[in-house]
Amino acid sequence: MLDCTPKEITERKSGGMINPAKTCQPIGAMYAALGIHKCLPHSHGSQGCCSYHRMHLTRHFRDPVMASTSCFTEGSSVFGGGANLKASIQNVFHIYKPDVMAIHTTCLTETIGDDVSSIIKTAEVAADKLVIHANTPSYVGSHITGFSNMTKAMVSYLAKNTLPKKKEQANIIPGFVNPGDMREIKRLVQSMDIEYIMFPDTSGVVDSPMTGEFQMYPEGGTTVEQLKDTGNSQLSLALGRFASSDPADLLNKQCGVPAAVLKTPIGIKATDALLMTLRNSFAREIPKELEIERGQLVDIMTDTHFHFHGKTVAIFGDPDIVTGLTEFVLSLGMVPLHVLTGTPGGSSNSAAGSFEDDINEMLKGAGIEANVKSAGDLFTLHQWIKNQPVDLLIGNTYGKYIARAEDIPFMRVGFPILDRSVHSYLPIVGYQGAMRLIEMISNALLDRADRDAKDEDFELVM
Amino acid sequence: MGMNEAKLQEILDQYPAKVQKNRKKHIFIKRSDVESQQIEANTRTIPGIITNRGCAYAGCKGVVLGPIKDMVHIVHGPIGCGYYAWNTRRNKAKSDDPKQNFINYCISTDMQESDIVFGGEKKLTKVIDEVMEIFNPKAITLSATCPVGLIGDDMGAVAKAAEAKHGVQVLSFSCEGYKGVSQSAGHHIANNILMEKVIGTGEQEEAPAKFPINLLGEYNIGGDGWEVERILKEIGYHVVSVMTGDGSYEAIKNAHTAELNLVQCHRSINYIAEMLETKYGTPWLKVNFIGIEGTIESLRNMALYFDNKELTLKTEAVIASELARIEPIFEQYKKICAGKTAFCFVGGSRGHHFQNLFSELGIETLLAGYEFAHRDDYEGREVIPTIKTDADSKNIPHYTAEVDEKRFRLKVSPEKLEELKAKIPLGEYKGMRFDMKDGSIIVDDLNHFETEEFIKALKPDIFTSGIKDKYVIQKMGINSKQLHSYDYSGPYAGFNGAVKFAEDISMGFASPTWNFITPPWKNQPLLEGSVTEEGVA
Repeated sequence: MLDCTPKEITERKSGGMINPAKTCQPIGAMYAALGIHKCLPHSHGSQGCCSYHRMHLTRHFRDPVMASTSCFTEGSSVFGGGANLKASIQNVFHIYKPDVMAIHTTCLTETIGDDVSSIIKTAEVAADKLVIHANTPSYVGSHITGFSNMTKAMVSYLAKNTLPKKKEQANIIPGFVNPGDMREIKRLVQSMDIEYIMFPDTSGVVDSPMTGEFQMYPEGGTTVEQLKDTGNSQLSLALGRFASSDPADLLNKQCGVPAAVLKTPIGIKATDALLMTLRNSFAREIPKELEIERGQLVDIMTDTHFHFHGKTVAIFGDPDIVTGLTEFVLSLGMVPLHVLTGTPGGSSNSAAGSFEDDINEMLKGAGIEANVKSAGDLFTLHQWIKNQPVDLLIGNTYGKYIARAEDIPFMRVGFPILDRSVHSYLPIVGYQGAMRLIEMISNALLDRADRDAKDEDFELVM
Repeated sequence: MGMNEAKLQEILDQYPAKVQKNRKKHIFIKRSDVESQQIEANTRTIPGIITNRGCAYAGCKGVVLGPIKDMVHIVHGPIGCGYYAWNTRRNKAKSDDPKQNFINYCISTDMQESDIVFGGEKKLTKVIDEVMEIFNPKAITLSATCPVGLIGDDMGAVAKAAEAKHGVQVLSFSCEGYKGVSQSAGHHIANNILMEKVIGTGEQEEAPAKFPINLLGEYNIGGDGWEVERILKEIGYHVVSVMTGDGSYEAIKNAHTAELNLVQCHRSINYIAEMLETKYGTPWLKVNFIGIEGTIESLRNMALYFDNKELTLKTEAVIASELARIEPIFEQYKKICAGKTAFCFVGGSRGHHFQNLFSELGIETLLAGYEFAHRDDYEGREVIPTIKTDADSKNIPHYTAEVDEKRFRLKVSPEKLEELKAKIPLGEYKGMRFDMKDGSIIVDDLNHFETEEFIKALKPDIFTSGIKDKYVIQKMGINSKQLHSYDYSGPYAGFNGAVKFAEDISMGFASPTWNFITPPWKNQPLLEGSVTEEGVA
């Protein structure tokens, strides 16, 4: 397995990727758009883009992912995609009847410079229908950038400040996480008795129930009314800087809604931070049930600390998720040796901050020296592991090849997970999500210990 | 419940006028009382329609080049295209030399904004240099994505310079996603260049063993190609090369040494089979290793072609022993499947091939179609001369093979060839329509709207299609099976494959899960009793 990857690391300067740890913007935009109620995402580009994105999202969620395409040919690439997009808008509303059509661009339409905004303005759209768009050039950022850009488009097109006084209401921008995570975050906020609008919200869309009937537009998703009302909220909580801080910033600029940028609430510290922000901003005490959950989590962490304390780990995936996971494994006393994201990491000065700075800061606090990289690839991660082996690899499905090559336990977290099911329904966020993560970490490590134990060392109780 | 013209019209009436006019030409109901039924195929999908189609890049890098294991395939473009075509198509490969098996690697130039503005040729050159340094492959392919053609990167020049620098073949494929109208354009782009620059460059003048064949249009999805090879080897054939499942650059170079070319997927490669005949004098035989009967017929046709007593006897012996082994198992599954109905919509040729397997299991195919086929795949090869070339196919570079004076050799005499053609499909394919029952529906480039409507109208028991449809169909409570990826199972080809397929779809029918769709409280009132004026009694 991966026998062509040498242990010896030679510096690569080309800027090319070998076994990438990111994909392109449009898929993130498509996923975000699914989080609008009765919305059909539309890919303005070649058919292949739309097909690939639908395939990958469908494989991850194991649920229908509907989206349309402008079906570019060479002619439209030369003469511009205006005619294709206008025809698409007409056909989509006539045939598929969404309330909203959310268009994202592709590298093709960005390269030829299609002015989507102007095309939409001159297209025929019924009064009760809505077309929004985001520019998502595939050659900038990653799928996380695309998710952020489409979420920003929801704000720029829809958010309005219509009231003299802000409502006692929170905007929750969950970032590129699973519907199970979105549900859990909503449960936390609800249990604190705080009014909120989550956007985008893919719960109820890509985890829809089996009823014997196919619904093109399932019940979930943020409604257009809610999206408009985000401008009236008292506070925006951007969970995960890379996926969520830009739309929150825009809401602030556009409607004067202040933003709190927090980590994706993975693990005890980030969940504490989310609840404390809610508590202090809305003057609501943390309810008993959440305090009990937290106590249970700490109880588990204490009871089983010897299962994972001191174990070395490599983590890769999307920056917000990896940041949360790194913080949590540190809380468990584990030792992250390699931490990598494929998404370009911004810089210390950018709005999203620097992934590498964030991780290094955490590691410094724990007194750990590790390999940390943004805009990295899995070839690099594999070479790191060859030179400095770890007890556990955490990441999306693509990690399984490295795990097999190096014979290390592997725990699947993040996007995409293409070879296991149920993951998108169950949270990794909040205290309950943290319990689930501990279970996954412990199982991975203990299954390996059981597999490798000699008969005489094979234990009933561990 | 069947489909008739009036019902079909009712479905189409829901479209906007322009769409209706277009889609009408892509659908027909089979009638055998008319000599020909023309379908429109390999033409543009209407913008906004939720199609299953992909792009030229997917057909070129994803389908044809990707499976060639001992070449490094570099994707020149932003990251997504390389990423999505990485290990997603189940084209399995194994190699005696793991250091020259690159099947699990994805290499992309990851173009950034500056590359779009200033050009990506330098970056591509550097990536090739790195690939040579790290992997040292025998050959490299470069596949273009949409922006490459638009910004005018000269991949051909980069490839030529890299060949001079590194001394290995570097092939450049201009398979930008907007070329053509579907994956089919990409198959052509890939295959034409393999034909022009790889096939026939090997040094072998003769195959090292008797009865040498090439297996064309077999992509080894779920190990299909391995099952076919298992049977062929047992009979005594020598497989020179497979294009391209578990394929190898080294083997394809020597493909000229085969005595017969087998064509499994007609759509993706029939033109190469024709060129091989022109260039080397090797005839091609349309085979179908999907289904027990299809497999047997293909093996017997091959034996007729080679006309060797020993080979013929061995063919029959293998067929007999395989049948004895699998028939009792297959019979069990027939009991579960008999009387059921199916829709079969797949990419190129599987939309036709799998109807055989369905039929052997007692399942009737009510609707079938292809995602990216051409008219000949529906109507038969006789329509090829009448197919008009439109603007979208004109931009795909044409390659015309010429006779290789040194290596051209008639494999059978012209008289013998004519005699054989009367018995077996040498250079012949009659198309999907030929095998379908009257009243069944044939649809080209089936889209989401039609999928829903046809399901509602005909209520099939199983729908075989791709991942984008799969969960839509299942939500309707209908058994659904991916025939692109085989739902991660397989092989489905050959004798073992037929059994595996029967097992898998029977599992879909027999799964207890369907019984749970309606919750028990939906069929039972909350309170038993009657409502009186005073309230619930």
